Amino acid sequence: MADYHQMWEDLGMDIETHDQLCEVLPQAFGDVYLSQENRPEGMDYFNFVVAEIHGVRPAELIEHQKKGGKVFGTFCVYVPDEIVFAADAIATGLCGGSQFWVPGGEKVLPTNTCPLIKASVGARLDRTCPFFRIADMYVGETTCDGKKKAWEILAEDVPVHVMDLPQMKREKDVQAWADEIRTFKEVVEKETGNTVTAQSLHEAILLINKKRKALSRLYDLRKNEKLPISGKDALLISQIAFYDDPTRFAEMTNKLCDELDQRVKDGVSVFPAGTKRIMLTGTPLAIPNWKLHNLVETSGGAVVCEEMCTGTRYFERLVDEAEGTVDEQIDHIAERYMGINCACFTPNSARVDDILRLAKEYHVDGVIDVNLKFCSLYDCEGYHVEKALKEAGIPVLGIETDYTDSDAQQLRTRISAFIEMLNN
Amino acid sequence: MNYVGIDIGSTASKVVVRGDHDTSFVLPTGWSSKETTREIQRRLKEMGADVEGEETKVVATGYGRIAVDFADYVITEITCHARGGREIAGGDCAVIDVGGQDTKVILVEHGMVSDFLMNDKCSAGTGKFLEIMANRLGVAIDELFDLASQGNVLPISSLCTVFAESEVINYIGEGQKREDIAAGVVDSVAAKVAQLAQRKTLPERIILTGGLSHSTYFTDILSKKIGKTVEPTENGRFAGAIGASYLAEEKKKR
Repeated sequence: MADYHQMWEDLGMDIETHDQLCEVLPQAFGDVYLSQENRPEGMDYFNFVVAEIHGVRPAELIEHQKKGGKVFGTFCVYVPDEIVFAADAIATGLCGGSQFWVPGGEKVLPTNTCPLIKASVGARLDRTCPFFRIADMYVGETTCDGKKKAWEILAEDVPVHVMDLPQMKREKDVQAWADEIRTFKEVVEKETGNTVTAQSLHEAILLINKKRKALSRLYDLRKNEKLPISGKDALLISQIAFYDDPTRFAEMTNKLCDELDQRVKDGVSVFPAGTKRIMLTGTPLAIPNWKLHNLVETSGGAVVCEEMCTGTRYFERLVDEAEGTVDEQIDHIAERYMGINCACFTPNSARVDDILRLAKEYHVDGVIDVNLKFCSLYDCEGYHVEKALKEAGIPVLGIETDYTDSDAQQLRTRISAFIEMLNN
Repeated sequence: MNYVGIDIGSTASKVVVRGDHDTSFVLPTGWSSKETTREIQRRLKEMGADVEGEETKVVATGYGRIAVDFADYVITEITCHARGGREIAGGDCAVIDVGGQDTKVILVEHGMVSDFLMNDKCSAGTGKFLEIMANRLGVAIDELFDLASQGNVLPISSLCTVFAESEVINYIGEGQKREDIAAGVVDSVAAKVAQLAQRKTLPERIILTGGLSHSTYFTDILSKKIGKTVEPTENGRFAGAIGASYLAEEKKKR
C-alpha cells in the first residue's frame, strides 16, 4: 500500500493501533485469496481495491469533501443510496467485519451484542478506520434492538440520522417507508445544501440500478454448472460494492463478467467437476469477513450464492426507472426497498420463498444457514428456513459464529462432514 | 489386507484393525497428536500391520485426524461415527456421541448420514464438563457415576461450565452430600445432551457412543429425558474407529 499516514493523521486516527491492522490484512488476504488457482484476471482491480482499502477510496472521498461535497455513512441495505447521490453526495457502507474492532465496541456495548455492531462502534470510537472518520453523517435504521441503541451511543460522537424501518409489510408500511425516505431527503438536502430534483433523482436511480445490474450479471454467471469464479471472489466483489464508486464499480464488474462469459463458453471452471454447490443464507458478511467461504472452499465445496445483505438482498430487483415527480420516484424507491426480505420483518415468509427459489436457480446441493452470534432475529428465523429446506429435500446445516478464529477447527469439522454427507 | 481406523479424540485415541489382523486398542491422546500418531504406528507395526505398506489401508478421523500423516483418507468423525454406529446398531439409527470436547447427534438413514448436530463451542454437555466436575469432587469419572447413582439430584442450572463449577463449589461450601452433587452433575450433562438431541426428529433406535457409552446409569437418565430408549453400547468408544476401518475398506473398493 502507498503511504497514507499523513491523510490518516489529518483524519485524527489512532495511527499506531491502525498500523497493526494494516500489518495483518495483507497476510490474511494473501492466505485466503491470492492462494487460489486460476483466478480471473478481472479480479486484479478488486485485489487492488482491497490492497489500498484504507487509502485510495478514502482519498477520493476527501477530495469530494474538499470540493464542498458530503459523505454519508450507511449500515444497511434498506437505506436508499439514490437519495444521497441525487443530492451530489456520496454514500459509503460502514459495516465492520473484523474482530480487530470488536473489543473497542465492547467497551460501551454488552458482550452479547452481535459482532457486526460491536465492530462498527469500535471502529468509530477507537478511531481506527478512515471511512468512519470521513463520513459527515451516519445513517442508521431501526432494523434491530442492538443497532437502535448503538446509534444513541454513536450520536455522542458523530451526527446520526436514524430511519424508522417498519417491521411489517402492509400497504400502510410501504407508505410509511416512503415517508421516511422523504424525511431522509430533507435531511440530506439540509446537510448538503443541494436540492434533490426529479432529474437528479432519476439519474441516481439509473446509477444505482447499473450497479445492481452488474452484480446480478455476476451472480447469474454463478448459476452455470462450470463455475467461472470462486465464491470467495464473488463475495469480495459484493463487499466492495458497498463503498466503491458506483460507476467505476459497475464498469469493472462488467469487464470481469465479459471475461467470465468467455470462460463459460470455453468450459472453464475454477473447481473440479462434482464439487458440491453450497448456498449461504442468513446474516451479512462484512469485509474482511471471509471465514466461512474460505472454510467451505477449502473443504471440498464451492459457494455459489449468498442469500445475505452481502449478496442477493443487496442487488435483486431494480427500482422502477420511469421518469416522474420526486414524490412518484420516491414511491418507486420505497417499493423496491420494502421488497427486501430481512428477518427484522414479521411475518417474513417471502424470505423463505426467496431461499427456495435461489436454491433452484443456483442448482444448490446444500445450504449453510449462517448466524452471527447474538443475532436473535436470524437465529429464530432459522427454524422456518431449516424446516422449509428439509421439506424441499435440500440438506441444511445451521452454523453460529462470530469474527474470531477460535472455532475454525470445529466449523471445519461440521462443514467437511456436511460436504461428506452430500457426497454420499 | 488390513483395514485400520484411527480416531484421534481430544482425550483418547482409538484404533481398530480389521482384516488379516483383528484387534483394537486405546491410548491417551496426551499433549501431542503427532507423538500419539507415532506410537500408534509403532504398535501397529509390532503386530505386523505396516501402515506405509500396500497391504494396509488407513482412515484417520477425530479432532487430531490431520496429525495422522500416513492416512490414506482423512474423514470427519461425523461420517465415521455414523458408519460405526450403523455397524454397532446393525442398521439405521441415531447416534448420540458424548465426546471429550464435543457432543454430536447423528441420524443414520439408508446407512448414511442424513443429518447431524454438534454442540457449540461451549463445553457444557460434554465429557470435558464431567472431567472438570469430577476433579472438583476429587474422584475419577467412573467413581463420579458410582457416587451419582447413590444420590439425589441437586439442580445445576448454569449453561456454562465455568459458572456451573461455581455452583458446585457453592454446594461443597454448604456441606451438601457428594453423592447429591455428583447426581446433579450427571443430570445436568444428560439434560444438555437431551436438549441437543431433541432438536432433531429421532428414530426408534438410538445408541450412545463415546467414553460414556457403556454406562447404563447414564443411558437410563438420558432415555427418561428424551422419552425414548437410548441403548448403551459395549464398544461404543470405538465407534469412530470402527467406522473408519469400514470406510477404509469401502473407499478402496470404489
